[in-house]
Amino acid sequence: MAITRIIVPRLILLLFVVLGVAVITFTISHLIPGDPARMIAGDRASAETLENVRRNLGLDRPVVEQFTIYIGNLLQGDLGTSLRTNRPVAADIRTFLPATLELGTVALFIAICLGVPLGVLSAVYKDGPIDQIARTVSVCGISMPVFWFGLILIYVFYAKFQILPGSGRLAMGIVAPERITGFLLIDSLLQGRFDAFRSALYHIILPGFVLAFANMGVITRQIRASMLDVLQEDYIRTARASGLRKGMIIFNYALRNALIPSITLLGLALGDLLYGAVLTETIFAWPGMGTYVVTSIQTLDFPAIMGFTIVASIGYVLINLLVDLAYMLADPQIREV
Amino acid sequence: MMTTGTAEPRGQALAINNLSLEFPTFSGAVKALDDVSISVGKAEIVGIVGESGCGKSVTTMAATGLLPKGRYRVTGGTVRLFGHSTLSMDDSQLQDLRGKVVSTIFQEPMNALNPTIRIGRQLTDVIMRHEEVGPADARRIARDILADMLIGEPERVMNLYPFELSGGMRQRVLIAMAFSCNPGLIIADEPTTALDVTVQAVILRLIQNRARRTGTAVIFISHNVAVVSQLCDRLYVMYAGRIVEHGATRTVLETPQHPYTQALLRCLPERVAPKQELEAIPGAVPNLLQPPSGCYFQPRCKEAVEQCRSQTPQLTGADGQQVACWRRGVAVELPEQGGRR
Repeated sequence: MAITRIIVPRLILLLFVVLGVAVITFTISHLIPGDPARMIAGDRASAETLENVRRNLGLDRPVVEQFTIYIGNLLQGDLGTSLRTNRPVAADIRTFLPATLELGTVALFIAICLGVPLGVLSAVYKDGPIDQIARTVSVCGISMPVFWFGLILIYVFYAKFQILPGSGRLAMGIVAPERITGFLLIDSLLQGRFDAFRSALYHIILPGFVLAFANMGVITRQIRASMLDVLQEDYIRTARASGLRKGMIIFNYALRNALIPSITLLGLALGDLLYGAVLTETIFAWPGMGTYVVTSIQTLDFPAIMGFTIVASIGYVLINLLVDLAYMLADPQIREV
Repeated sequence: MMTTGTAEPRGQALAINNLSLEFPTFSGAVKALDDVSISVGKAEIVGIVGESGCGKSVTTMAATGLLPKGRYRVTGGTVRLFGHSTLSMDDSQLQDLRGKVVSTIFQEPMNALNPTIRIGRQLTDVIMRHEEVGPADARRIARDILADMLIGEPERVMNLYPFELSGGMRQRVLIAMAFSCNPGLIIADEPTTALDVTVQAVILRLIQNRARRTGTAVIFISHNVAVVSQLCDRLYVMYAGRIVEHGATRTVLETPQHPYTQALLRCLPERVAPKQELEAIPGAVPNLLQPPSGCYFQPRCKEAVEQCRSQTPQLTGADGQQVACWRRGVAVELPEQGGRR
């Protein structure tokens, strides 16, 4: 089967990627100045206390031994204990990751739902008013910094007109639905908690849109460019010469082919979302991985930073795998060979 | 089986009258077609020959509304396609005609089929667009017509993607697609140019046989006189956007009167004795931004005289053979060396 031929090597590769990332993060964490023991014990701790903390953390052992222990734990899914929260990093990530994934999914959804049609219209009515608007919007999306655009939206929709909330995932006073998937939008629906759903939806609109905007610009441009290419193709002329309707030609005959070169871009966009989430979450006080990582960096919480890096790199490899599978779905030439 | 001589048509499939068309560019208007008149009777097979860029495809694409919108300007003339004035129709009206009344087979079969859609689906999409049939009937129609194009195992082929077929097979699929809704006119625009010589004859016969059987009119467009001469009832010879000679195929081939037609025929290997050098037409097709005065062929013509440079010749002559040349017939009598320069 072609599918296993693609998936199996990738999963083997994944092991090496994780190992490589672990080596790099471990090395960097030991090269960077800053003493985690002092961070925990505080500025005025005695040398004895510091020594105790070091011993408890295992920081007094040889570096190689520390590394072996770390890798051993890693293979069992143990990412260590956060210096700041004193909880297992894996548990912290389980708490915060769904919020980020939810935000990212909504953002990607918005980016695709707006970006693809905009790109198609832009190509079909090339140089017309729609095209001019679409191109302006996408340049804005690509060039406007997330933190700036986010603040503007908060100012307009939250501070000025008070239409939408500007921070958090739920309004004060609304009890979070019981955790099933960690996605508030899904969990609240599953439990019939429509008040929570409404609140969660309102809260995700602004950060979701901010995060989507830059990627929407990239998607619009890519779809526009590949649609323009495809519309020149002989098979589109054949479809026109056989009288197929315009809508059918554009969406069934042209878009299908124009999407193939855009798949790579969507993969990259997913990666971008992870990175953009760090900024967006900070601005909107979104309790997700972004906020968690920023705080961890500020407090030199090495296990947390390393844990996040490893999870993120696994995410990248999986996204690339998804991209390859999507290629197979879209392009029969890859699928059937 | 050579079919020559004009079959007396009852009514016209396509009547293009005095069509003039130009493409506006930054450096001025390119006069792509100048006073072109072409008529094709119902069930008639007609050829249009001429060098690349002489306006063969532009003529038929203009008639079927396939030229890019807003990039060209019709400066005169009319087109009647089975009674429809296609020049004044909008996009959706044209789309109702295309595929149903007129179909076009293009030259590059490698890219003419959608690479991400199965063959069967591409055929049934067209059939269901124009005929009132469901998916099952559309598939049956598609299968029958593929079989008619001498495709073995049509069911299997319908489940394949274009990249799994050879060039010849793809062209058969495209021909099947063109015939699938029984149009009254098929435009075959260089249908075999991109194919192996061994496949060419087969493909041309497929088109000709099916057209004869179903009473479909066909326009063969080619730069190769030899290809069309065996298939067509009548021939039009185009040069630089003008019709320079027109007549029954046999007449045009046996007694060509326009120096351009004569030169074209002298380029054919079949017509030249072995070991004798093939002739090429000196010079190049004129720049239609600044066309030469008088007859467009005059700068390359061995026979040109003063009148050719000052006045544009019109198509004249009986219906059997019309020629646009002031020196018509001269070269046939004169030995080649005797031509004045």
